[in-house]
This record gives sequence, structure tokens and C-alpha cells, in this order.
Amino acid sequence: MNWKLSFGIAITHIATKKKQSIVAMLGVLFGISMFIVMISFMTGVNRFLEDMAMDNTPHIHIYNPLTINEDKIIGQTDSSKNAWYVVHHQRPKNELAKIKNGLLMASLIEKIPEVKGVVPQVSSQVFFNNGPIQIPATISGIDVRKQDELFDLGSKMEEGRLDDLLKGSDDVILGRGLAEKSGVRVGDKVSVTTPEGYNLLLKVVGIFSYGIVTLDDTKSYATLATVQKVLQRDPSYVTDLNVKLYDMQQASAIKARLKAQLPGIYLEDWKEANAAILAGEKIRNIMTGVVSFTLLLVAGFGIYNIMNMNIVNKMKDIAILKATGFQGKDITAIFLLESIIIGLAGGLLGLLFGFAFSYMLSVTPFPAGTFFRINTFPVNFIPVHYVLGVVFGFATTLFAGYFPALKASRVDPVQIIRG
Amino acid sequence: METVLKATNIVKYFKEPEAFQVLKHVSFEVKKGEFLSVVGKSGSGKSTLLYVLSTLDTDFTGSLEIRGEKLNGWSQNALAAFRNEHLGFVFQFHYLLPEFTALKNVMLPALKLGRYSEEEVEERAMNKLRMMDMQDFALKLSSKLSGGQQQRVAVARALINDPDIIMGDEPTGNLDKTNSQIIFDIFNRLAKENHQTIITVTHDTDFASASDRIIEMQDGQILAK
Repeated sequence: MNWKLSFGIAITHIATKKKQSIVAMLGVLFGISMFIVMISFMTGVNRFLEDMAMDNTPHIHIYNPLTINEDKIIGQTDSSKNAWYVVHHQRPKNELAKIKNGLLMASLIEKIPEVKGVVPQVSSQVFFNNGPIQIPATISGIDVRKQDELFDLGSKMEEGRLDDLLKGSDDVILGRGLAEKSGVRVGDKVSVTTPEGYNLLLKVVGIFSYGIVTLDDTKSYATLATVQKVLQRDPSYVTDLNVKLYDMQQASAIKARLKAQLPGIYLEDWKEANAAILAGEKIRNIMTGVVSFTLLLVAGFGIYNIMNMNIVNKMKDIAILKATGFQGKDITAIFLLESIIIGLAGGLLGLLFGFAFSYMLSVTPFPAGTFFRINTFPVNFIPVHYVLGVVFGFATTLFAGYFPALKASRVDPVQIIRG
Repeated sequence: METVLKATNIVKYFKEPEAFQVLKHVSFEVKKGEFLSVVGKSGSGKSTLLYVLSTLDTDFTGSLEIRGEKLNGWSQNALAAFRNEHLGFVFQFHYLLPEFTALKNVMLPALKLGRYSEEEVEERAMNKLRMMDMQDFALKLSSKLSGGQQQRVAVARALINDPDIIMGDEPTGNLDKTNSQIIFDIFNRLAKENHQTIITVTHDTDFASASDRIIEMQDGQILAK
């Protein structure tokens, strides 16, 4: 088959039917550019939410939840007799939230090759008191260096430095919102009261911001020792182990392994902790797929219609080409090439426009209110999406152009020439 | 003179709107270099016969031999290649591709054949146009040419691959006296000088009577000469 000849004829057809070709191309252009914008924006949102959540979420969180003992002790005493017991107002026994041998456990978990690091934490609900103002918050005692290394806390500092926590004792850093609500600045002292009633005066040495209001309004960090002191616990008192892995996708597998080795300890991986975000991600992915598919389908129908019309208009030409010795496959090639040229041109232009629209979106102010602290729409620029766009556009036009081209190849020249 | 085309017992039915026998056991031979005119009233089956001979219409029974090759049962692709190389067509309504120049129209069948390079094809096409005295219009879009000019370009296209047989379906049907005469002279010259065979279907009695041989059709049969 003579591709060069077919290509030449296809180009001539396109060039002489400029308006028609442009309309067909616009269909593809629109479809592909919207596909690019959609997928860039949706994955941008996914990445943004994920990043924000993962900043603060350990891949595996190990803690000791306080539970009500469902086995009623009085029921256990005498189950043989045909009797039943009622216990009103059962309460949990005075358990500590402590993980037994937490620090040892942390150093053992750190030896697992997939584990990047473990940060032991002491967390507690507290009140921050500045004069008469009482603000509920949580205070987490951390290994400052490790927390910075694994969770990049240092980069979230807005005022002061994370290392300032290590310089003295009884120092604390507050979330931006918490600091504002309690009306303290760096250098001020703030009083902390635990639920048990212990009280300690801490010095604010820094202010951090995650960009997530619910975190910035409630979180504060101090050294392990400081928080243990606030809670009046011994240095082995640890309530949480935050495990960071090299590959977060392995979290479930590692969790299962740890669970078998650590009976009675509660483990939660990031997927469980962020189920809502992951569900949202799934829905957004489905939406992107459906809308993109629809856009491409519409573009495909556009091409199909225009090529069909084109072929009806070109019946005489097809007949004459066949009479002078062009074979069915030559005719198919001519019209298929027309679709492909239109599709590729529309697809490539679509990428360009898609990129331009995505860029414009990425610099458009995003009215996130006070919930998320971002300024512009989150948009991803990932080359794979652009490759996908061209591939999809190409496949759609190939598919849409194939049937009209096949129809063209089946034209019976005798019928056309004889009228 | 050798036989270039041999039709034996050609029978063809039209199935729509109702079964109708158009060709009834038509048999004849055409010699190389012959200028043959097929005449007859409308509905006599002469055009149908031409399309059977042209290999475009394969829906018939009987046997068709061109250049000693029996063409029954060939695939459409093989027939297309055969037409491309050995047959040339001139139709009543010119049927040039309107988007292409006269030159390109003439070149297309040769480019398809691929026997010569593009430069050679272009030169040969120019020669054919010169033969038709159309060289000055070579680079004009064919849709911009007059009917007579278009028909001359169509003849040049039919000649480009030096076919053994040139078939014309009312090649002068749409032309005035002068242009008809020009086409006739060209055909006559091709037959006499190049020994190419000409088979035309025509209403034009002057045209037919000036050709070498006339076949008259009536009701799907050849009338005795």
C-alpha cells in the first residue's frame, strides 16, 4: 500500500475542507484539553489532601485505647447457675494510656528493615490558661530531632525554631490558631493544666502551622521530658508510637506482622486513619474517569459524524479512485488518515490548551475559607497525563474514523458512476 | 491482429426493483488496436455491458478474458490492480477529483501503480496533457476547468499508465461538436498509432459511424451486423 499517496490525498482533502476539518479538530481539542484540566486538578486535589494528611499521620500508629471491659466481672463468677445479673454504671478501671515497655518496643520496631523510624510520643488533653482564658488543646511530648526527621516538623515552623525546644526545659511550641486563641506570643509564658489537675507554667518558644485549621487550633508540642513532667509520669511513660515506613503502601502488611507480635496493642495504619480522604480520592478518580470518557466520546461522535458526511460528499471521488485502480484498503487508508491527522492535531492542540488552562487554574485564588490554608487551586503537572491525553485522543479518533473509512472502502463505483 | 478482449455468454440480471435480465448471452471479441463503438437505445444494456467489461461490475455469469487472462473470480483488490495497470476510463461527466490540479489528477493512477518515480510520473503526466493540448492548464484546479477541458484531462488520466484498453462511457455525451471532434481524433490516433484498443458506449451517431466497428445492442443482445 502506498501510504505516501494516501497521505497526500488525505492532506488535500483536509486542506480543501478547512472549516469542516477545524470543527472536527475543535471537538477533539475541547475533549482533550478538558481531560487534561480535569485530571490535573483532581489529582492536584488528591495530592494536596494526601500531603496535608500525611504530614501529620504516621504510617502506623501504635497506641493503647481506653476501653470499657465488656466482660462483667460479677457475671464471670457464677455462670453455672441459671441466674442473671444487672450492673449499672459500669466504668473502665483506672488504666493508664501508657504503652508498656514503649521505648523498648520502639527501638525493636526500628530494627525492621522496612521501617524508616519510630517516634515515641506522650500525648494528653490539656487546657492552656493565659490569665482567665482557658483553651482546650492537646500536648504531645516528642523526640524533637526524630519528629523533625520523620515528619518534617521543622518546616512547619512560622516563628521560632524547632531546636529551641531542646535548649531549655519547660518549653512548648503552639499551633498558629492555638496561639492566637490563647493570645500568647513567642516568649510569653502559658499555664498548662492536665485533666488530672496538675499544673505547669511553660514558655512559648515557637509557633507552627500545618495549614489545616483543626490541627493548628489544637496542637502543641514539647519534649518528652517536659510532657512527662506536666503529667507527673516517669520517663518510661509513652502513649503513642508513630511509625514511618520507607514505602507507605506497605503499611497494611507491616501492621499485620506487628499485630501478630504485639497482642493487646492497638495498631492503626494511615489508610484507616485517613479513610475519609481515601474515599474522597476514589470518588474523584471515578468522576475524572467518567467525565473524561464522556468528553472523549462526544469528540469521537463529532469526528464520526463529520467523517461520515465527508464520505457522502466524496462518493464520486471514491468511485473514480476505485475505477482507476485504487483498492479498498487504499480508500480506507485515505479516510482513516484524515481522521488521524484531525485527531492528532486536535489532540496536540488540546494538550497545549489543557496545559494553559491548568496553569491559569493553578494561579487562580482559591476561596478555601479558614478550613484549608491554601491560596490557589491545587493543580498537578504530570507528563504521564499529557501522554494519556494524546493516546486517548488518538484512540478515539482512530475508532471514530475507522467505521466511516470502512464504509468508504465499500462504495460500489458502478452505482455511483452510473448514477 | 491478436484478440485483446473476449466476452463469452455474458448474462446479467438486475435484481431491483424486480428481477430483469439486462444482458442475454452476449459474446464478442475485440482485437488489439480496434476502435469499437457500442450503440443502442436507452435500456438496451450497452452501458451495463461496458461496466461488466471494465471489471467494475462483477455480478454476472459468463466468462471475461482480457489480455488472455480470465478475470472471473478475481478478488476486488486484484481487479483494482488490474484496472490500474491495463485499463483506462473516460466517463460522461468527467469525474476528476475537484480538489486536485489537472496534473495531479493525471498523476494519481500512475502514483498508485508505482512503476515510476514521482518525478518521472510528473513528466509523463505533462506529456499526456501536452498530447491533449492541456499543458497550459496543468496547475489549475480541475474544478476550475470547462467541461471540454475536463474531459481532455480525463482522457490524459486514462492514458497515464499506457493501458491496453481505454473504455469510454459516453465520453462526448456532455460536449459540443468541436470538443467531441477533438476527443474522437485523440481516440482515433491512439488506436492507429499506439495500437491501444478503444471501446466506447455512445449515443453520438457521427462519433460511432466514424469508428472502426459498431456493435448495436437491443434488449440485452447484440444485433446481427
